[in-house]
Formats: sequence, structure tokens, C-alpha cells
Amino acid sequence: MSESVALAPMSKAWQRHTLRQKMARTALWLVIAIAVMLSLRSINVIWEFLWDAPEQMMDMGRRMWPPDMAYYPKTVHAALMETFHIATLGTLFSMVFALPLSILAAHNITPHKGLNLFAKTMLVSSRSVNSLVWALLFVAVFGPGPLAGAVAIAFRSIGFVGKLLGEALEEVHFGAIEALKAAGATQTSQILYGYWPAVKPAFWSIMLLRWDINIRESSVLGLVGAGGLGMVMNAAIDTFQWNRVAVILLTIFAVVVIGEVVVTFFRRRLI
Amino acid sequence: MTQPGAQALPRIPAGRRQPFHSSWQVKLLALLVAAYAVYALGQLDFSYDRFIRGLDNGARFLSRMFPPSYKNWDQLLTGFIESMEIAVLATFFGVLLSLPIAILGARNLMPAWATWPARLIVTLCRAFNPVIVAIVFIKAVGFGALAGVLALVVASIGFVGKLFMEAIEEISMKQIEAVRATGAPFLSVVTYGVLPQVIGRLVGFCTYQLDANLRNSTMVGIVGAGGIGGALFAAFQRFEYDFVLAILITIIAVVLLGEFASNYVKRIFHV
Repeated sequence: MSESVALAPMSKAWQRHTLRQKMARTALWLVIAIAVMLSLRSINVIWEFLWDAPEQMMDMGRRMWPPDMAYYPKTVHAALMETFHIATLGTLFSMVFALPLSILAAHNITPHKGLNLFAKTMLVSSRSVNSLVWALLFVAVFGPGPLAGAVAIAFRSIGFVGKLLGEALEEVHFGAIEALKAAGATQTSQILYGYWPAVKPAFWSIMLLRWDINIRESSVLGLVGAGGLGMVMNAAIDTFQWNRVAVILLTIFAVVVIGEVVVTFFRRRLI
Repeated sequence: MTQPGAQALPRIPAGRRQPFHSSWQVKLLALLVAAYAVYALGQLDFSYDRFIRGLDNGARFLSRMFPPSYKNWDQLLTGFIESMEIAVLATFFGVLLSLPIAILGARNLMPAWATWPARLIVTLCRAFNPVIVAIVFIKAVGFGALAGVLALVVASIGFVGKLFMEAIEEISMKQIEAVRATGAPFLSVVTYGVLPQVIGRLVGFCTYQLDANLRNSTMVGIVGAGGIGGALFAAFQRFEYDFVLAILITIIAVVLLGEFASNYVKRIFHV
């Protein structure tokens, strides 16, 4: 730590960082400044459009008002239920796949470097590809529709859940496991009675968090044809029916708020 | 069949629960979730033969993806450079804007008239998926990277703003009081009392956000907001699946590199 620096002669003024730390920090600031300057100069942007933006936003607002509420019971509600199913099923699927992968990724349960690396690579690949991109892939595989969306959500969530759960498993206190081992417990019993009770609260909180995120994400999957609210929104935008878009946006906002309330409630109950 | 001399095990006292006993509520919940999964799968018209057909499709799809084609590498490169520019600018301006918002929203520093508008801004920024925000900004500023940058700035305010606000609310008030007691103006209180306590976590949030923006900048392109997403979507529509795989591999590689870079940055600030 940096505090050890000032132990030398007392006459020297105390300095918070060593020379190397200072240089590293300055270099970092320089890198940030250069990256921002370069990006600003070379990015393909017509800045005049930015000044025009408030006016355009106002125009859009006027077109959106008043929201076409009659549209909700006709089409939006069914799409909303579809979105809900996509998110929930996707979360459940991901749970099934993420559990074994997280066990393989945790080096204290699986003391095998190759398997750890394999599981971690799977998890990273799952996380790096965005759910919208996964949806594109699965629309090509299963055809357009909510099934592709649910599978896409599952594939995106596996990495997230698996990573966090794997880390939680690695942090499990060794004492309980050693006690089980000493009693002659098998690997399965160790996981069931040693690791599982220790990570149970973390597991549920990760699943709830992911479900919350999935509700938000599944509302846009329809833009690439994977079902749910996005599909309805895409149709409304393509036909410039902004007052319908407004209804859909309001619906998404309401769902996000309700999702947050539900998650908070369950978190208090479960954990 | 107790052995002679063996003592009967002490009975578990009435008020205490047996360890690892799952209550009927938990069992009921599991049953409900299973029933829901079956019902929802029916709703998404999931059927066994559709699944099998999907697997067939998937196999064909995969065989057309391999080997990845880097034939259009110049397109890949321009797309990625734009994606990175979007990510850098969005993170920079997003963090820059979320600092004052977070300080305004911290309930331990500010009166209620300042906190609730700041909190409202952060909640609104978090409510919508970046893709939806990108669509709105495309309407406002036209197709291209600017819409992507603006959409991800909003997402960054939502994430960094919220977490940073929470971090500020958890700081120790003693240092604030000490700085205030010297008669320091508000800005000095923030610089010398607040920031040193939270800077480590802020660096963590920022590097995470840069990661997230990098991932999301590949996504906003799908709706036309610049970056590699546009090339990805075009490749899908032209059925150039080998180029799709090349893009995906590059995305994963870049995200991995980003993760290494952020670990390095965190080490410099020894968080």
C-alpha cells in the first residue's frame, strides 16, 4: 500500500504515492485524454444534428401525444404477456445450464485447470455476445418468434449467472466443507449440504437480478423478430404511428417499475 | 436395531427446525414454477418436433458459419473502430454527467428538493433498454454514431449515477464534518471530504461501464446507431454466416481485452 512510502528519513515530506504510482496515474489520464480526443475527432458524426436534436425531440413528443390507449388491449397486452414468458422462461433455462457450469468454473469444487478454463470460456462467450445478437442467431435457427427470444435470453443469462455464482462458490468458507469431508461425505453431499446452503441467498439474489434485467431486455428482442413487445414496437415505428409507440413505451416503463417492486419484495422475503 | 451401550440420539427439540428441511411453501413454489414453465412453453408454441427441426437448422447454420471469414476485414475494422469510439465517448461523457447528478442525489449531502429530481433522472435513464433509447435518438439526430453515443450516455448515467449515488450515501460523515468545520465551501467539501472516500469504487464502476458500453455499442448498431452492429445485422440479412462468426469472435476477443485493461486500471488505482 501507499502508506509505506513515508517510512524513509523523517525530514522528507510525506507523499501519498510513489513516483511509479504517480507516473502510472499520469499515464492513465493521458491515455484517457488521448482516447477521448481521437474519438471526438475521427468519429463519423455531423455535429449540426446535435443542435437540432431538442427541436426534433419536441416534434416527436407532439406526435406521441396523446398516447393511443385503445391500442393497448388489442395488441400490446398479448405482446406484454409474451415478453413476460420470454424473460421468465429464459431465466429458468439459464438456471439449468448455469448451475453445472458454475460448479465446473469454481476451482475449489473442480480442482482441474482444464475444466475451469473450459467453463470460464463458455461463460465469457455467453456474456460477451449481447442478447440482441443471440436473438439474431436463434431467429436464424428456430425461425422468428418468441421461442428464439427465450433461448436467446437464456444464452445471454448463462454467462452472467454462471460467473456470479461461480465466484460465490469460490468464496464459500472452507470449514464446513472440511467437516463434511472428514465425515466421509461424497462430492455430491458436499455440494448439497456444504456449498448449496452457503450460496443459496446469493443464488436467489442473482436469479432475481437477472430476471429483472431479462424483463427489460426481452422487451427489445422483437426488433430482430424474436417476439414480445419489441415486435409490436417495430411495427408501430415502421408505420410512424408514434402515439402507439408512446403506449408501448409507457407499458415498458410500467413493467420495469412493477418488476423492481416485485424483486424488492422477494429479495426481502427470500434473503 | 440399536447396539448395546449406544445412547439414543437426543431428539430435536420441538421449537427447532431440522437442518436442510425444506418447508411446504418451498415445495409448493417449486411445483408452481414447474407448472408455469410447462404452461409458458405451450404459450410460446414450443413443441418437440419444432425443437428437433430447430436443431437440424442449427446444425446447418453452424456448418455454414465455419470457417469464419475475414475476407471483409476492412469493414470489420471500421465497424470496430467506430464501436470503440462510441464506447469511449459514451463512458467519458456519461461519467462526467453522472458525477454531479450523483452528488445532487445523495441524501446525506443534499436537501430533498435537490435529491428527488436527481433520482428521477437516474431512474428514467435506467428504465429503458439502450436499444430503445437509441431508437428515440435516431429520430432526434438521425442514423449514425451520434445516436449510439447519446443512447449509451443515457445508459451510463443510469448505471454509474445510481451506484455512485449509493456509494456516496455510505460514506463516513466524520470527514465531511471535519472539512466543514474548517469553513470550507461546498466544492472543497466534495473534493476533500467526499471524493477521497469513494474514488476507488468510482474507478470500479467506470471500468465496468466502459466494458458494458463496449458490449452495448455492438448492439445499438443493429437499429442503425453506428458501430459494428450495423455490419453484423447486414451480414445476417445477406446470410453471410461465416462473416457473422468472424464478427462474433472479434467481439468476444475485444471484450476479453477490455476486461484485462480494466483490471490493469483498477490495479493502478489499487482498488
